[in-house]
Amino acid sequence: MAIQLKNAIFGRPEKPFLHPYLAGTILGVVLFLAFFLTGNGLGSSGATSRIDAALVDIVAPAHVDNTPYLLKMAGGDKNPLDDWILPVFFGALLGGFASGAVNGRLKITTTKGPNISNGTRWLMSFAGGVIFLYGARLARGCTSGQALSGGATLAAGSWVIMFAIFGGAYALAYFVRKLRLWRIALIL
Amino acid sequence: MNFPLDTFTAVSAANPWSYVLFGAIGMAFGYTLESAGFGDSRKLAGQFYFRELTVLKVMFTAITVAMVLLFGAVGLGVVDFGQIWVNPTYLSSGVVGGLIMGVGFIIGGFCPTTSLASASTGRIDGMLFMLGGFVGAFLFGETEGFFDGWYNHSGYFGRLTLDQVFGVPAGVLVLAIIAVALFMFWGAEQLERIIGKKDFSREPKIRKYGAIALFAGAAAVMFIGDPSIEDRYAKVSFKRTEMVQQGDAAPLAVVHTYTADEMLQKRLAFVSPAEAFKARFNQAVNPVYLDVRSEADYNLYHIANAMNVPLARLSDVIPDLLSEPPANTVFVTISNDETAAIAAWKVLVGSGVQNAYILDGGVNNWIASFRQG
Repeated sequence: MAIQLKNAIFGRPEKPFLHPYLAGTILGVVLFLAFFLTGNGLGSSGATSRIDAALVDIVAPAHVDNTPYLLKMAGGDKNPLDDWILPVFFGALLGGFASGAVNGRLKITTTKGPNISNGTRWLMSFAGGVIFLYGARLARGCTSGQALSGGATLAAGSWVIMFAIFGGAYALAYFVRKLRLWRIALIL
Repeated sequence: MNFPLDTFTAVSAANPWSYVLFGAIGMAFGYTLESAGFGDSRKLAGQFYFRELTVLKVMFTAITVAMVLLFGAVGLGVVDFGQIWVNPTYLSSGVVGGLIMGVGFIIGGFCPTTSLASASTGRIDGMLFMLGGFVGAFLFGETEGFFDGWYNHSGYFGRLTLDQVFGVPAGVLVLAIIAVALFMFWGAEQLERIIGKKDFSREPKIRKYGAIALFAGAAAVMFIGDPSIEDRYAKVSFKRTEMVQQGDAAPLAVVHTYTADEMLQKRLAFVSPAEAFKARFNQAVNPVYLDVRSEADYNLYHIANAMNVPLARLSDVIPDLLSEPPANTVFVTISNDETAAIAAWKVLVGSGVQNAYILDGGVNNWIASFRQG
């Protein structure tokens, strides 16, 4: 029974990815429905800093009162987890898992290019996460909260941020290629 | 029914369904990202070496589809755009943050939400990116104090949309963006053919009909145009919490919803000269006095710090009023009696300006109240 269940979840044949335009259309409809029903778009990086704030509030509540950024989310009787972005965050984790299960893509593995070792890839993905989320909080939103959601509402600042993200990424990718840094540059 | 739905604009324990709805939206989001292949960092990074432009295609299809549906619904008067969250513009921190995100993307191979899709399907690199994210967000909270002023004020423009920047109707801009996006998709396919050596003979033909449908949708949005101020005025509702005395028990807070016309009839939209005067000395509010009389009247006598915006020119300054920080800004419309001030109030309310009031009795009553001797 347990093995059957395990095979039903992990042993399914791997299906191909959705066509990009089809995936984009579905994502666009989901984004529209989010605005239509709730007035809010999509997002996720806000949840990361709210979970951080909740942890700090448990470990060192006095520190929250001394840090303006945390104070806004967790000061006084505010619960940093009481925000719409948290159910969206956990829903996205669950939805990703569901898609992986349905399409036979659940697998403990590391996605990387052939020229890079597992250890380097792990270090780089951790460092990338640190850098990305620092930038995302500075810009008040990530690719979802700014580029996607702000892009669809024509928010001026979000379009600027979107171009800045692509600009930063293309500039660094250019140097990676130019200097042949494949050994440390993640994937290709 | 007015969209977005009032009960679902935020989560609250009083309405558990709000958690269910936001959770379902998140699930659909994560499911779609994983189905697009975004749990695999190689697919994401291919974008920046011109091998495979899936990221661009998915992202811009999503943005343009959502944009056409959203502005279509706004144009038809189904959705109140004033209730839609538009990211406020902070140019300086936005540009620097965006560049940092681009660097993080090339190094880490994910963005925050795609790392969720990756981690939840068992990818160790996705999990480590998520973990690094918690550290990065924590470091931001710890260091923000050093540049708090710059972060909160530099290049701040409030709620600003691109149609306001370019001075064109939103529908025209939507059509232009979709034309550019379709051209980019064509260019992306050329790059994939040349650099990624991809065979396009097996690509589905239906994508061309999809492109035509998207363009036709955008053209329809432009044709429908924005709803008139009168249409929007008729749909605006005001929520007021009022205390009801009930015998000996503690007073009960009851939320009433009024239409704009009821706000006028019950005189809830009026402030007395004393209240308008007191607002100057209240740290918590930022009063803006809009004198809508003619320039001649204004020059003859006006309330200190009042801005002269003759009624006929009011619609020109609405974009500026909308970009004031809405949370603590209070607008007070002023005319000699109340007639022009009420007309101005209707324009403000219909345009989605929040916290607008009318000076009770206008300048005449102001002078009568504060005249000396």
